[in-house]
Amino acid sequence: MLDWLRQLGRHGLNFFERLGRGHLLLLALLRGQPGLLLRPRLVMQQVFAIGVLSLLIIVVSGTFVGMVLGLQLYNTLVDFGAEASLGPVIALTLVRELGPVVTALLFAGRAGSALTAEIGLMKATEQLSGMEMMAVDPVKRVLAPRFLGGIIAMPLLAAIFSLVGVYGGYFVGVGLLGVDEGSYWSQMQSLVDFDDDLMNGVIKSLVFGVVATWIAVFEGYDAVPTSEGVSRATTRTVVHSSLAVLGLDFVLTALMFGVD
Amino acid sequence: MAEDTTPPLVQVRGLRFARGSRPIFDGVDLDIRRGKITAIMGPSGTGKTTLLKLIGGQLRPSAGSVTVDGLNVHKLGHGALYDLRKRMGMLFQSGALLTDLDVYENVAFPLREHTDLPESMIRDLVLMKLEAVGLRGARGLMANELSGGMARRVALARAIALDPMMIMYDEPFTGQDPISMGVLVKLIRSLNDALGLTSVIVSHDVHETAAISDYIYLLSDGRVVAHGTPEELDRSSSDWAQQFMQGLPDGPVPFHYRAAPYADDLLAGREGRV
Repeated sequence: MLDWLRQLGRHGLNFFERLGRGHLLLLALLRGQPGLLLRPRLVMQQVFAIGVLSLLIIVVSGTFVGMVLGLQLYNTLVDFGAEASLGPVIALTLVRELGPVVTALLFAGRAGSALTAEIGLMKATEQLSGMEMMAVDPVKRVLAPRFLGGIIAMPLLAAIFSLVGVYGGYFVGVGLLGVDEGSYWSQMQSLVDFDDDLMNGVIKSLVFGVVATWIAVFEGYDAVPTSEGVSRATTRTVVHSSLAVLGLDFVLTALMFGVD
Repeated sequence: MAEDTTPPLVQVRGLRFARGSRPIFDGVDLDIRRGKITAIMGPSGTGKTTLLKLIGGQLRPSAGSVTVDGLNVHKLGHGALYDLRKRMGMLFQSGALLTDLDVYENVAFPLREHTDLPESMIRDLVLMKLEAVGLRGARGLMANELSGGMARRVALARAIALDPMMIMYDEPFTGQDPISMGVLVKLIRSLNDALGLTSVIVSHDVHETAAISDYIYLLSDGRVVAHGTPEELDRSSSDWAQQFMQGLPDGPVPFHYRAAPYADDLLAGREGRV
């Protein structure tokens, strides 16, 4: 019993220590942002590595998610004779929910894990230590550009996801199932609101971008510098960012679209 | 020989440091003289690398002080510490080259980070540093295409890029074939003398290190157990110095790890204990 309590205490302490270190790193990352204005190249490289290289998985998943939505929603809507609403329903589902959330989950798996592994391995091979000894702050030089790169890339990826999803739904709904093309687009145009729907989706994806990249960067920087440590850190990145994204999604949805 | 009266570049006084509950240093005092090559030797696990990290300000001691060029390393603010580090080079055991950059960019890295020199001057400087380590021709190679010895030479070129006042070498000879070992030994000595550097070598390769050092400190169990010039240590009557310099398997550092008496241990097996 006492052992169990002691273990619980140790886990609790570890948890809060990590939480503290994570927040200190977040502060340092934010402090490192102004310096990046002078070195946009560093950020652009990261937007490429994190964003552009994730495009394939985002486009393919977006297309399939849109197609599945088209099929599923059509079958439900047609029972009520409301298949003309297919366009706005798909669009709203994507821009409000699936776009930001699924993109963030894929982002955690594709880009987050890569960030953690890269930073963790740089730590394990003493590259970060070497930088410190060259009087170059690794938080500013390595971590901060990656953090900003992730924050820039995530909303863009979510937007692309939603866009190709809408076309995937169009392909199935209009192309295969015979929904009227005019109503697919015009109803979407009239029912999807710029502020309430699009912008809220963008805010969500921005928040997910901050959280997922922060977790990825922190896990890499805090990893035990061995191969096992880096592998555990990579796993933690994917698990923790996925959970954080899903949890935050509920909170944000409640705040944005909840009971007035 | 006349006594050197200039203050040492690095002064370590009463240094104590522990990892968790395991003490690594328990009151270490040492001086590193300007313009000399000072070796810090000791068996594996005596915290030699830790000592370099303490001198470089990457770790904080629990007591004692480290003074580099008159500045107390652990009392400096972030900016002042980084300014001091620009004047200290460190060569890591692995080389610690940035793997996403090629050899040229690795050597140019500190110049790009700390200076606003025009590209043509950076090129000249990088080629000069690479020439000094004999790797001007390898400038297009990526870090993972280099052998261990080459990686260390590139790291050495990078360490001297900003013309530091001192360089710390962490186990520079470990895992090197005889040729690259010879190259490194020659480079360390010639760079030290040609550039007027102060060098600190942490190593357990007795012969190579003793051959180029001006002064040696032997560490064991968190303390300096012997120090002197290589000749003095060779003649030293200290058992410890003799065991280490001659590479004897048994002596003050026992061959056996601490254990229960042998006979008791064997008899315990009969009684069914592990």
